[in-house]
Amino acid sequence: MPAEAAAKGGSEAKTQPEGKPDAQELLKLYRQMLLIRRFEEKAGQLYGMGLIAGFCHLYIGQEAVVTGLHACATDKDSVITTYRDHGHMLATGMDPKGIMAELTGRIGGYSRGKGGSMHMFSVEKRFYGGHGIVGASVPLGTGLAFAHKYRGDGGLNFCYFGDGAANQGQVYEAFNMASLWKLPIIYVIENNRYAMGTSLQRASATTELFRRGEAFGIPGVAVDGMDVQAVKKAGAEVTAHVRAGNGPYVMEMNTYRYRGHSMSDPAKYRSKEEVASYRKEHDPIDGLRAFMEKNGIGDEASFKDIDREIKEIVNQAAEFAQSSPEPDPSELWTDVLIEA
Amino acid sequence: MPIQILMPALSPTMTEGKLAKWAKNEGDKIASGDVLCEIETDKATMEVEAVDEGTLGRILVKDGTENVAVNSPIALLLTEGEDASALDAITESPVKVDKEPAMSPGAAPASTPAPKELPAAAAPPVEEYSGPTAKMTVREALRDAMAEEMRRDSEVILLGEEVAQYQGAYKVSQGLLDEFGDKRVIDTPITEMGFAGLGVGAAMAGMKPIVEFMTFNFAMQAIDQIINSAAKTLYMAGGKMGASIVFRGPNGAASRVAAQHSQCYASWYAHCPGLKVVSPWSGTDAKGLMKAAIRDPNPVIMLENELLYGQHFEVPTDPEFVIPIGRAKIERPGKDVTITAFSRMVGVALEAAKALEADGIDAEVINLRSLRPLDVEAIVGSVKKTNRIVSVEEGWPLAGIGSEIAALMMEHAFDWLDAPVTRVCGADVPMPYAANLEKLALPQPEGIVEAAKSVCYR
Repeated sequence: MPAEAAAKGGSEAKTQPEGKPDAQELLKLYRQMLLIRRFEEKAGQLYGMGLIAGFCHLYIGQEAVVTGLHACATDKDSVITTYRDHGHMLATGMDPKGIMAELTGRIGGYSRGKGGSMHMFSVEKRFYGGHGIVGASVPLGTGLAFAHKYRGDGGLNFCYFGDGAANQGQVYEAFNMASLWKLPIIYVIENNRYAMGTSLQRASATTELFRRGEAFGIPGVAVDGMDVQAVKKAGAEVTAHVRAGNGPYVMEMNTYRYRGHSMSDPAKYRSKEEVASYRKEHDPIDGLRAFMEKNGIGDEASFKDIDREIKEIVNQAAEFAQSSPEPDPSELWTDVLIEA
Repeated sequence: MPIQILMPALSPTMTEGKLAKWAKNEGDKIASGDVLCEIETDKATMEVEAVDEGTLGRILVKDGTENVAVNSPIALLLTEGEDASALDAITESPVKVDKEPAMSPGAAPASTPAPKELPAAAAPPVEEYSGPTAKMTVREALRDAMAEEMRRDSEVILLGEEVAQYQGAYKVSQGLLDEFGDKRVIDTPITEMGFAGLGVGAAMAGMKPIVEFMTFNFAMQAIDQIINSAAKTLYMAGGKMGASIVFRGPNGAASRVAAQHSQCYASWYAHCPGLKVVSPWSGTDAKGLMKAAIRDPNPVIMLENELLYGQHFEVPTDPEFVIPIGRAKIERPGKDVTITAFSRMVGVALEAAKALEADGIDAEVINLRSLRPLDVEAIVGSVKKTNRIVSVEEGWPLAGIGSEIAALMMEHAFDWLDAPVTRVCGADVPMPYAANLEKLALPQPEGIVEAAKSVCYR
C-alpha cells in the first residue's frame, strides 16, 4: 500500500509487473506519452519560429506522470493543473488542434485565442485549467472535489502542481479543509526538482514532499515519475483509497523536465550532464519501449506506425494552428461577463 | 524534399543570434529531440533540438556565425528514403513565415479611445414594487434573501467563518443551519484564501456558492482568488467556463475598530472587468440585490455595511422580488443638485439633503446600488436636470468611485455642468481609533451640505 511506503520513509514505488503485461494497455500508454512529447517539440519549434509567444512551458520529460495517472481516471473525475498544462490537456482527450491553435492565439483555440498556453479549459473533458498563479489551482481543485462530494457523483479531482507551488501557503489551507471534510482529491506534486531556477534543496526546508500532508493527516507516497507503469500502479492504489471515501492523498511524482522552465529559460542552474543522464537513463518513453521490446510487445513496424500516426496528428494540429484566423477584433469585448 | 531547419527565436523579441556550435555533423542520423546545435544571444545560450527525424544532409550556417536572422535556414535534413542528391533541389531562399496573419477587415486600432456614447444601461428600469412588505432589519433581509434562494436552488450553499453554528459573526446567517443543515451551511477554518479558492472551484464545477467574509478587510488575503481565478476565467476560457459565485460581507468603517478593520473596497473591486459589484443601503436593496447576486451567472461582490445591519426598513416579502444589478435608485428627487452615494452614505446624504432644505436647496439623492456596472444613464439624467453633482463615499479620494463619476461627467455631461464636479470622500489617512478623529475621517452630513452649497454657489 502507498501508505506503507510513506511510513517507511517513502521508498519509491517501482515497476513490479505482476503476471503477463497487458500489451494493449502498454501500447496505449506509449502512444499517449509520445503524443505529448511530439506535440511539445512541435510547440517548441513554432515558438522558435515566432508563431507562439509569451510564456510557453513544455512538459517534455514529465510525460509519464499525467499519462500513468490519468489511466486510472474515470469519466467522472476532474483534472486541474498549473501552467505546464499541455500534457494534461492531451491526456484528458482534448483536441490537439484546439490546444495548438490556442498557443498560436487563433480563434480555433480552446479559449478563442484569449487564454494562451496557461489558460485553457474543457468542461466536456472535465479539465478545469490551466492556471497561471502558482499555488492558486490547489484551492480550486479542492473546490472541484467539494462539488464531487456535494453531488455524490463518485468522481474525484486530480490536482497537479509542482515542487515550487508546494511551498505556497494556500496549498496547506486547502490540505486542511480537504482532510477535515474528507474530500475526494489527489494532490499530485510533480517534483521536477526546479522551481524555475531554484532547486528543491534551495527552496524547501523539507524535501520529502510526499510528507507535506502529514500535519493534516493526509497520507502520501513517493513515486518514480519517470516510470509510467510505476505511476499507474501507484495511481490505481491511491484512487481506490480516495474513491472509498477516505479523503485526500498526496502523491509525489519524482520527475524531470528536459527543457527550461519556459521557452525563454536557458536553464543555466543545472549541468548538462544532469539533463543528459535523465534523458539517457530515465527517459519515460525509451524506458517503456525497452520494456515492451524485452517482453515481445510491438515490433519495429508497429512502433513506426505509431510514430507516423502521432506525427500526422501533430502536423495537422500545427497546420490548423497556423491556418485558423486570429480572433475578430470584436472578440476583444466578448466573454467578460455572461449576459443574464 | 529535404526539411529546412530554421534559426529559432529564443524569445518573441529576438531577431537574430549567433550559431555558436553544431552538436551534429553532416551525415549524422537525427532523432526527434536530439540536440542539433547551440545558439547564443546577448542574453542567453540555448540548445536547439530536432523536431523531425532523418539524416543531417547539409549544414548551411557554420559554427561561430554571428547575426543569423531568425527563421533563416541553417541546415537541411534528409528524410527517410532521400539521398544527398535531394539537397541540390533546394534553393536557399528563406522560408516565409506568416507571423502576422491578415487582420479581419474593419480591424480596430489597438487602443480604443474612451467611448463618448452613453453606455447602455445594464438592466431595464426598476419597476415600482407594490407587493407585500414587512418591517425588518437589513440583517434579516439578507438572511431571508439567502434562505429564499437556497430553497429555490439546491446548488446554492453558504460558506465562511462562523456562518453555521455561531449563526454568523454578525448574525446575518441566523437560522440557516437549522433549515438547510451542515451540508449547505458550512463553517470554514480561518483561511480566507483557501475557502475563497475552494468556493471558486466549486463554482467552476457549476455550483452556486455564497462565500461570506467576516469583513472585506480579510478578503485582501483572498483577493488573488477573487480577481485572478473568479473574475478572469470566463474571458480566459473564451466563454467556455466561468464562476457563478457571490462574495459578501461587511465593507467600510464599522465603529472604533481602527485602520485594519475599517476600509472601503468599492473602488478596488469596481476596477476589475469580469466582476459585478453591488453595495446595498436599505433593507430592500439588501434583499433584492442579494437575490440578484445569487442568481447572476457571474462573480458578484456584495459590499454590505455592519452599521446598517441593525437598521429597520420596510422590505418586500414576495420571493420573486429581485433588484436588477446595474440600476441606481433615486431615493429623493430634487432639482438643484445631484448627490450620489452608496451603502451607508446614502443615509448620510439623505440627512444632508434634509438639512439643505433649510437653505432652500432641493437636492436629488441617487442611491447607486451597483458600482459595476455603474448606472451612468441615471447619473447623467439627473445632472442634465440639476446641472450640479456631488459624489459621496467613505473610501479614499485617489482613484475612488467619485473620481470615476467625475470623469464620466466630463465625458457625458460636460455641457450640462454649471459647477465643477465635487467629491466628498473619506480622509486620505488610515482610519484612526480615537472617537473624534474617526468622525473627522468619515464624511458627515455637514461636509456634504457644504459641498452642495458650494456647487450651488451659495
